[in-house]
This record gives sequence, C-alpha cells and structure tokens, in this order.
Amino acid sequence: MKSFWKLTLAEVKLYFRFPIAAFFTLGLLPMILVLLGAIFGNDPAEQFGGKGWLDWAVPGFIAMVIAISAIMSLPMAMCTYRERGILRRYRATPVSPAAVLGAQLVTQFAMTFLGMLLLIFIGKVFFNLGFAGNIFSVLAAFTLGCLSFFSIGLLLAGVLPNTRTGTIVGNVLLQPMIYLSGVTIPREVMSEGMQKAIRFNPLTHVATLLQGMWYGDAWAQHQTEVLVLGAILVVAGIISVRIFRWE
Amino acid sequence: MTNVIQVQHLRKTYGKTVAVEDLSLEVKEGEIFGMVGPNGAGKTTTIECLEGMRAFDGGEIKILGLDPVRQERELRYVIGTQLQKSQLPDQLTVGEVLDLFASFYPNPVPWPALVERLGLSEKKNSWVSKLSGGQLQRVFIALALINRPKLVFLDELTTGLDPQARRSIWDLVREIRAGGCTVFLTTHFMEEAELLCDRVAIMDHGKIVALDSPAALVSKLGADSRVLFTTSHAFDPESLQALDGVTRVEREGDRVIVYGRAAQSGKQALISEVANWLSAQGAAFSDIRMEQPNLEDVFLQLTGRAMRD
Repeated sequence: MKSFWKLTLAEVKLYFRFPIAAFFTLGLLPMILVLLGAIFGNDPAEQFGGKGWLDWAVPGFIAMVIAISAIMSLPMAMCTYRERGILRRYRATPVSPAAVLGAQLVTQFAMTFLGMLLLIFIGKVFFNLGFAGNIFSVLAAFTLGCLSFFSIGLLLAGVLPNTRTGTIVGNVLLQPMIYLSGVTIPREVMSEGMQKAIRFNPLTHVATLLQGMWYGDAWAQHQTEVLVLGAILVVAGIISVRIFRWE
Repeated sequence: MTNVIQVQHLRKTYGKTVAVEDLSLEVKEGEIFGMVGPNGAGKTTTIECLEGMRAFDGGEIKILGLDPVRQERELRYVIGTQLQKSQLPDQLTVGEVLDLFASFYPNPVPWPALVERLGLSEKKNSWVSKLSGGQLQRVFIALALINRPKLVFLDELTTGLDPQARRSIWDLVREIRAGGCTVFLTTHFMEEAELLCDRVAIMDHGKIVALDSPAALVSKLGADSRVLFTTSHAFDPESLQALDGVTRVEREGDRVIVYGRAAQSGKQALISEVANWLSAQGAAFSDIRMEQPNLEDVFLQLTGRAMRD
C-alpha cells in the first residue's frame, strides 16, 4: 500500500508539473464556461428545456471533463510511460502492475473530480447555478461515468502503439464524442434520427445520467445509462487488464 | 565459493533470428563479471534473461538460487537492476524518485545516504530532466542499490558518457563490489572490461567466444606489441624488419607501426630498439609510443574483425 500511495503522490505532482495536461482537464472547460456563461447567462430559455443555459450546461461539462481525462490524459500518460521506458523501470522492481495502474487511475479520478468542483464553483459564484438533485446520486453517477470511461482509456492505452498515434486517435475520438453527446447542443433540438444515433456514443449516456441526477431524476429513469456504462466498465476493464504491457 | 549466477545452455530466439545460443556461464560471489562484444552480439538479451525481464526459449538460469521467470518477484527483492533502455519521469526530483523507489522494498538504504555516496547531494532537488548523462546514470545506479542487493546488473552503464564521467562510474562499480555485492555488467568498451572486470566473457553472434580474466585472455593470445611513430624520413622497411624481435612493419604516409614480441629478458624493450635504430639512421621522428596487446586484439583474433561501435 505504501508504494501505491507514493506512486499516487508522484503522479499528482507530475500532473501539476506538466501544465499542458492539467490545462486541458482543469483549465479549458472552466474558461469556456465563463465565456459562454457571460454570453448566454442563466435565465430560463425554451431551447434548454426551460432551464437557464448554465443550469443546462454544467452537468454536460462535467461529462466532458470525464471524457477528456479518460480519452486523452489517461492513455497519453500510460503511452508516454511505456514508450519512454518508465514502466520498464517499474517492472524491474517488485512493485505490482496493479499499484502502477491504480496510482494512475486514482490520480486521473482526483483530477477529474477537481475539474468538476471548479465548474460547480464557477457556476455557483458567478452565475447562480441551480441544483435540484441529490449530491450522493450525482457523485455516484460521476463515479460510474469515470470508471466506465477510464476503462475505455486503459483499453486505448493497451491498443495504441505509441504517443503520436495516441494523440491522433484521442482527438479523432474525443471531438465527435463531445459534439454528438448532447452536451454542446441540446438533444431536444436534434432530429429524431440524430437522437437515436447518438445513443451509440458512450458519452451520451454519461451526460444523460449526470443531467438526470442533477435535475433530481430517479435512478429508475436511467436504467439504460447505468446498464450501458456498467457493461462498458466490465468488458473494457477485463480486456484492458489482459492486454496490459510493460513495454 | 557459491555461484551467484548459474547459466546452462541458454537459448533465445526472436522469430528466426537466434540472439543467444548455447550460452553457459557461472559467476561467483564478489566478482565483477563482464560481458563484452559489439552491438547486436546478444549481451543485452542475455542480461535481460538473467534479470527476469525477458522470457527465454531454452536452457536453465539460476540467480541466487532463484528461477528468474517463475520467481521473478522474489528475485526483484534481492537483485539491483540498471537497464539500458529505461527512463524516469522528467518532472520528479532526484530525491522524490529515490523516495518513491525506496517505498517498493521492505528494508531500503536511507536514500539521503545513498545520494551522498553517489555524489548527487547537490542534485537532490533537481528535476530528472535537468541532469547530465553521468548524473542520470548515477541516479540509475542509486536505484539499483536502494534495496541492498546481493547482485547488481549493469547494462551498458557508461555508453554515451564522456571519459571523465566514465572513469568516475568505474570507481563507483569498484565501490559496489567492495561493499560485498556481486556485479554483472555488459559493455562494448573493451577498455572498460579490461580495467574493471575480474572475468570477462567475450560475445559474438550470440555465443561466448572466450571467457577468462582479461590478463589471461591477452596472454593466451600471445600477440605482438606495437610501436607507433611519425616520421617523414624515407627508410627501407626491410632493414627495420630485420631488427631483433620485430615481426612486421606497416607504413601509411608518415605513420609507421612496428609489430614485435615483448622484449625478452636481457634485451631492450621494443620501443628502445626502434628509437635507437631511427636515431642511428639519422631519421627525425615524433609521437612515438608503445601499445600492449589488449582485449581489442583478442577480439580481433577470435572473430577476425575489429570491434567498432
């Protein structure tokens, strides 16, 4: 356990000492939220289902933070470690792969959580962000979203041959994933066909679940999301553990 | 004496390429054992098999009585490893890295003492990315020593270092052995093997072509010494060759190499013979020096080619 916590502490330090990654998870979305919040404000509007823009947008932004951590930060970190032989150096010690992976996951989770807190903080302080749900339900939804997406990230880390390919694949996956999940454009304004199509996007389910919990839906209304995310977690999790490579 | 390393008939292939073939060796407690040979000779493959970092196809390896494949984890606690291709996270300090790696072992050396011993005290708060090649190698040596190992593996430890850094690393290796630790190293510098190792295995194309102490390898060779000098004087190589002890004379432009046996007792050293002869000829010469046969020559004789990087 001691090695695990030391590894986690090192990962957190590295996270903040390499500001580019930190910027994408922690800096970019709060900045966009402030900018768009200044434009759209938080007054109730019809196109956001009678909610203010910010009330509508924040849960989706949280889903975006999860996606950025899982699809970019996590696989990038693992690929870089593998490519540069850092994992190899760990392998030459008695430290277990579970501790190395676990430290990375805990760090990414903590940073994603911090990203969520920043968004909520900005919303509360500057825009009178509303909240109609249960905090624990939102935390549970957030955790499920993270676990499910992080297992996708680990899968990517295992499959990707190197960091260069990782950057390209990460971007190619992330951009449409974000635009076609109903976090930038409300699902309600999409055509019916489009609404069906985006159900194949895993991020849609994270966003839907988070939005639902934020507005106080019951879990029974979101069985599909929970099932889909749970299935992704199990399948991607098992595969990624199997294909884990030190080098 | 116990054998710290016992290898029998090791074989490792990559597809159709045979990287190591029928390799057997023993390393005794307290030895500095070196494996030398050109790049691609199979040194790194061998050392990685011994470290338990690589699966092999045939043969048997015992490291401190452990099987490096089936008992890899147990092995990790008792050996120290410096890998040829590995790195550390750039934005951690030397102290943080050592503190981290110390946490992987039950009874580590207190890292500040280790930092002191390796001459890294001033660098303990520097990021890994800010270190010079020599300093970084010292950090890797520190990592290899942090668990008080009985045996350390050092793979191409001084490659890429300047001569001064190399020499100070050699002193460190001698210190490690003086502390009671057995050392197994690979290098493609013959000089390094000659100066540092108690015994040397010379490798070529995945096989050991010779294995003995450096002195014994050189003396078994019975090779000529060389006298090298520069002269613009035109002389007859034949008459120089007639000199006692001289076996061969080569001339390329102004550079002359005289090959000969080490002087017999009662006779002058080859270098004096040559110098006297040149003076008698009234030939001006400069840059005269003598070279004894070394492991490079052993390699040349055994493989028929010079060892170059």
